Amino acid sequence: MTNSIGELEKDARCIFVIGSNTTENHPVIGMKIKKNVLYNGARLIVADPRCTDLAKIADVYMPHLPGSDVALVNAMMNVIINEGLADQDFIAQHTEGYEEMAAVIAKYTPEYAEPITGVPAEDTRKAARLFAQSGNSAICYAMGLTQHRTGTDNVKSVCNLAMLTGNIGRPGTGVDPLRGQNNVQGACDMGGLPNVFTAYQAVTNDAAREKFEKVWGVPLSGQNGLVLTEVINKAHHGEIKALYVVGENPLMSDPELEHVEEALDKVDFVVVQDIFLSETAKRADVVLPSACFAEKDGTFSNTERRVQRVRKAVSAPGKARTDWEILCEVATRMGYPMSYENSEQIFEEIRTLTPSYAGISYQRIENGGLQWPCPNEEHPGTPYLHKDGNFSRGLGAFTAIDYINPGEQPNEEYPLILTTGRSLFHYHTGTMTRRASALNEHVPAAELEVNPEQAKALGIANGGLVKVSTRRGSLEMKAKVTDMVTPGVIFTTFHFAETPANLLTSSEFLDPTAKIPEYKVSAAKVEKI
Amino acid sequence: MITLTINGKEVHTPKGSTILEACQQNGIPIPTLCYDPDLRLAGSCRMCLVEIKGRPLYAASCVTPAENGIVVETESPGIVAARKVILELLSARHKFNCQVCEKNGDCKFQDYCYQYGIKESRFIYGEATNYGINDPNPFIERDYNKCIMCTRCVRACEEITAARAINVENRGHHAKISTAFDGNLADSSCLFCGQCVMVCPTGALTSKVSAGLGRAYEVDKVLTTCSYCGTGCTLELNVKNNRVVGVTSNRTATGSPVNKGALCVKGRFGWDFINSPDRLTTPLIKENGQFREAGWDEALDLVAKRLGEVKNEFGPDSMAVFTSARVTNEENYVAQKFTRAVLGTNNVDHCARL
Repeated sequence: MTNSIGELEKDARCIFVIGSNTTENHPVIGMKIKKNVLYNGARLIVADPRCTDLAKIADVYMPHLPGSDVALVNAMMNVIINEGLADQDFIAQHTEGYEEMAAVIAKYTPEYAEPITGVPAEDTRKAARLFAQSGNSAICYAMGLTQHRTGTDNVKSVCNLAMLTGNIGRPGTGVDPLRGQNNVQGACDMGGLPNVFTAYQAVTNDAAREKFEKVWGVPLSGQNGLVLTEVINKAHHGEIKALYVVGENPLMSDPELEHVEEALDKVDFVVVQDIFLSETAKRADVVLPSACFAEKDGTFSNTERRVQRVRKAVSAPGKARTDWEILCEVATRMGYPMSYENSEQIFEEIRTLTPSYAGISYQRIENGGLQWPCPNEEHPGTPYLHKDGNFSRGLGAFTAIDYINPGEQPNEEYPLILTTGRSLFHYHTGTMTRRASALNEHVPAAELEVNPEQAKALGIANGGLVKVSTRRGSLEMKAKVTDMVTPGVIFTTFHFAETPANLLTSSEFLDPTAKIPEYKVSAAKVEKI
Repeated sequence: MITLTINGKEVHTPKGSTILEACQQNGIPIPTLCYDPDLRLAGSCRMCLVEIKGRPLYAASCVTPAENGIVVETESPGIVAARKVILELLSARHKFNCQVCEKNGDCKFQDYCYQYGIKESRFIYGEATNYGINDPNPFIERDYNKCIMCTRCVRACEEITAARAINVENRGHHAKISTAFDGNLADSSCLFCGQCVMVCPTGALTSKVSAGLGRAYEVDKVLTTCSYCGTGCTLELNVKNNRVVGVTSNRTATGSPVNKGALCVKGRFGWDFINSPDRLTTPLIKENGQFREAGWDEALDLVAKRLGEVKNEFGPDSMAVFTSARVTNEENYVAQKFTRAVLGTNNVDHCARL
């Protein structure tokens, strides 16, 4: 997030939520948005193929078709430019590339976009005016915006919108990705990515590499590594010989599971470190038991870049050990002695190599937490980025983006669009929540959401068993007839190993930059059983 | 600043403070039940009554502004007598079964009855209303025989969660907290966040997941960060005998900067996977398609040997590490360091994309 969670509760006067079912996936953030809207007069715009809780209280709700985000946002910008609502001063002083973008935007009138997005032109206009005129408008998004083959384009589009209206660099504005996992921000900050060390220092940058080589005492590769989806593809071709998985469950979370399964089978040696024998762990050659969050010390970094303490409450079961202890043991046995006395000692090493974390220490975050960038011990942390329109790269870059349709297209055989996501009561691949007694009792199985109109046409009753199929495979589950989804769109969750939704999703169309799969769009059909 | 006299002592408080706040700022204890600093004031329970010299009526200190020059008594004989009557009135509908109550030892109502010596109520006429305990949800126990109608749950539901699932139905002695049409929580707009459990001053609302596992005075509370979504809510793990038995909220701005105690259903009620019998407790090595238990030395040696062999035979880039958005910063750092410095490749990624 460029900005802070608390600002969504009070400072933002208009919030544009696109591709985020906030009240189910980030419930406490959802509460704050709801309160701002219900009790504090903030305006709310929601764009989502599903009529979420927030959509129900929105000033403008735009049920756009999955994958049509660029067309929708371009059309909003078209209105803003044509009606003279753009922030010309901000554009002139703090950005570049406006002319090129405006040239592309010119054709995206709301009427032009309407057949692509399914959103009535008048609603697009209303949304555009609300967003441009509120004074402080914030954009919140989640995987609904990013899990498309145009995921990067989609994100750049909302950045365009924020810059076009000068909604960046002040409390209550900004571009706020709501990150889905407790420490996905931290995993990225720590260099758990194939192209960067900590704090996004490129592995291809000689100076950065030399810095790490000096501290780590070994020569390092300057060649970008493979992203997760590429690893799976290479494994499929027999080019990955060993895979070490720490607390991930690709055999539930990755697209086109059959493809992943085959790929893992081709890897000579698979190690999995986890707290449960996950679907992935079952396929491993060696499984190492690790400690869960309640059993170790450390830090997590949340979606607003706040580094907070994790504290050990109980001891790990049996012989289970923390993930870092296990990795240090393996490293040492491979001839690279690695040992730390405790997690704080690791954090101290991180600080020396990570400029944005340099000012953070366990002592400073004992009460509260600090938001990076925090370059030195006197620095109070950074609640919002790009203050006064000062971007880290100098000028904010507009990107001219044309709409590209989703890779998967419905046809006669697969006429519907299947989109996937999470439920309030479960979490990701369900390894934890399926074993949380109350959550699993309350929601024990997946359901397929079908619009009443659609259900009637297909003869499907609420609670009746259906078979949902895509070009990859099919699953059987109960139907939930609900107007939460529009006709033509169906939805299910990916928490349940009994009905793994990612058997149905495709790994064919990846975003060219982020390599993110097109989870949110699969051509599908539904049959009554 | 305003200057007033409380219990014979001159105290100062910022303009706009209530008498209750003036007392709290100056370390003068005032009993409260319906008062909650994060919620709209109700002024309904009357426990916080104080005597103000020269005024004919006792004032509820939570809703009475502190004024210059007023003289306040907080524990005068008249106030004590009034509080006793109030507790007796509230006791008329609060079933005393502290011996089996989850909130025993952590119950404001119990504390005040003890403090003011209330053992029974003179106001129970005929059959007491029995509301029963029959909401079938797996999260929240609703025992309205212990409810004292402070309405903190109603206000928390509306003002913290904005779910507006419950409100007061009926009036007077028949008043009761209810969902629309008095149905089950699961059929209402309830999101099972448990903010109502967090604010309840009695045992009327408690966690079913923690039931019977330990009382407040038996547990240690460890402040940590929730391990579900990326919001980063802080919560307290309740620990008894080296076992997590529940989750409670830290409601301070410094202890809980993101959520100020508010949690969602997963954070508050989804913790018992920690104690699941499915937890892995020993390294496993696969032989002939079957796992067998192994010691750490054997498993670690095997991993190191095999990774070393692959590295020598096929080169570093034939290996990859998936680190995790679930584990700590320190562990992610060690995982990428291991990948880059030990395996010698940049093939490290995690599920940020998935």
